[in-house]
Amino acid sequence: MKELKVTPIKDGTVIDHITPGHALKVLHVLKIPESTSSVVSILMNVNGKKGKKDIVKIENRELDPKELDKIALIAPKATINIIRDYEVVKKHIVELPNEVVGLTKCSNPTCISNAREPVESRFHVISKDPLRIKCYYCEREPEDIAEGII
Amino acid sequence: MNFKNRDIISIKDFSKEEIDYILDYAKRMIPYANAEKHTTLLNQHILAALFFEPSTRTRLSFESAMHRLGGNVIGFADPSGTSQKKGESLADTIRMADSYSDAIVIRHPQEGAARLAAEFSEVPVLNAGDGAGQHPTQCLLDLFTILTEKKKIKGNKVVLLGDLKYGRTVHSLAYALSLFKADLTFVSPETLKMPKEVINECKEFGVEPVSTSNLEKAIKEADVLYVTRIQKERFPDAEEYNRVVGSYKVDNTLLQQAKQDLIVMHPLPRVVEIDPEVDKTKHALYFKQAFNGLPVRMALLSLILGGKKL
Repeated sequence: MKELKVTPIKDGTVIDHITPGHALKVLHVLKIPESTSSVVSILMNVNGKKGKKDIVKIENRELDPKELDKIALIAPKATINIIRDYEVVKKHIVELPNEVVGLTKCSNPTCISNAREPVESRFHVISKDPLRIKCYYCEREPEDIAEGII
Repeated sequence: MNFKNRDIISIKDFSKEEIDYILDYAKRMIPYANAEKHTTLLNQHILAALFFEPSTRTRLSFESAMHRLGGNVIGFADPSGTSQKKGESLADTIRMADSYSDAIVIRHPQEGAARLAAEFSEVPVLNAGDGAGQHPTQCLLDLFTILTEKKKIKGNKVVLLGDLKYGRTVHSLAYALSLFKADLTFVSPETLKMPKEVINECKEFGVEPVSTSNLEKAIKEADVLYVTRIQKERFPDAEEYNRVVGSYKVDNTLLQQAKQDLIVMHPLPRVVEIDPEVDKTKHALYFKQAFNGLPVRMALLSLILGGKKL
């Protein structure tokens, strides 16, 4: 019998079509392993219909909308499948809004949004492919968006 | 065109037509700026000048602009005596200043501070420099200086010289000069080159800037030489500063190779980058440039406070 590399999950979330090499960044923004004790499977550089991709499977956890937005920031082509009893019950194609609020910190340490002020970080999306965002306050573009995710 | 209650945060918030309008109005302010004529246009108006960082020209010219228009100024030039030192947030300081004044001008060491101030203020906010970020009124007065001396901005060969990496003035100016289709040459030490994103912005306007470290060659064709100081306070590392300070100098020997009508500009203060012997030449425009801050800031204050036009 052929052994599966990763078995289907009963309940949880499958994040598919992640940009190859970005699976670990997805885990980073979802604060895994700190935020879950369930089984998490990672597949990297899987051959898909549209070329290589990464896949992340998280058992017993359904992602909330804010987490979906965060994933959009690092894997803008990802699809997210919510699985219940081995069936896909919801499918989201992540879509980046034109403005990203409160999801990622500005990488400029002297930006006022990093000071003790009553504001959330705020970025304009200036390009979706390739992804480029610009801080609303200091007008800088972070080089590594995943690094700053809150 | 209506500028009433408009915040002046970044030159990028303005279209070419709006900048033209402001510069045209600034020209009409000159006789009031040099006290040939008098006005009470902004009588009973109060400007709050919040300078969290040292400033000479910008602060004095904003204060002078408000007084020349018949208005009043409150504020501070040093945050050491304010609630900021007790840990007050900028947002709270702005809420307070907003209730005491009709407009706020702010200089702050952190990038984005003026944008944040505008969020918490009902009255219009003018950015007088936010760290290494934007300084839109400096940019407008630089454009005004080139326009008044050269009659147009388009097509002039402008050389930006000095610290092009950390200098906030040159970033906004490169953007604005590209908007007006000037020809740009960037001259700097290798470690202080113009950031890629600024060059890309210039290219978006169809301008192809030339980057070089050869000042002698660049100056021969130039119509405008814009010199900047290497700003010690912006360097994250003292070693890096020591390596580049004094790496270029504009003096009369260099200027012998320049066109007769080359103008030399500098946002000031200068330290060693322009020899004082240049001051007496017809090329030296930097003190007139500093004066030009006055009519430009008068025009802006008048427009955003909705004073009847002069």
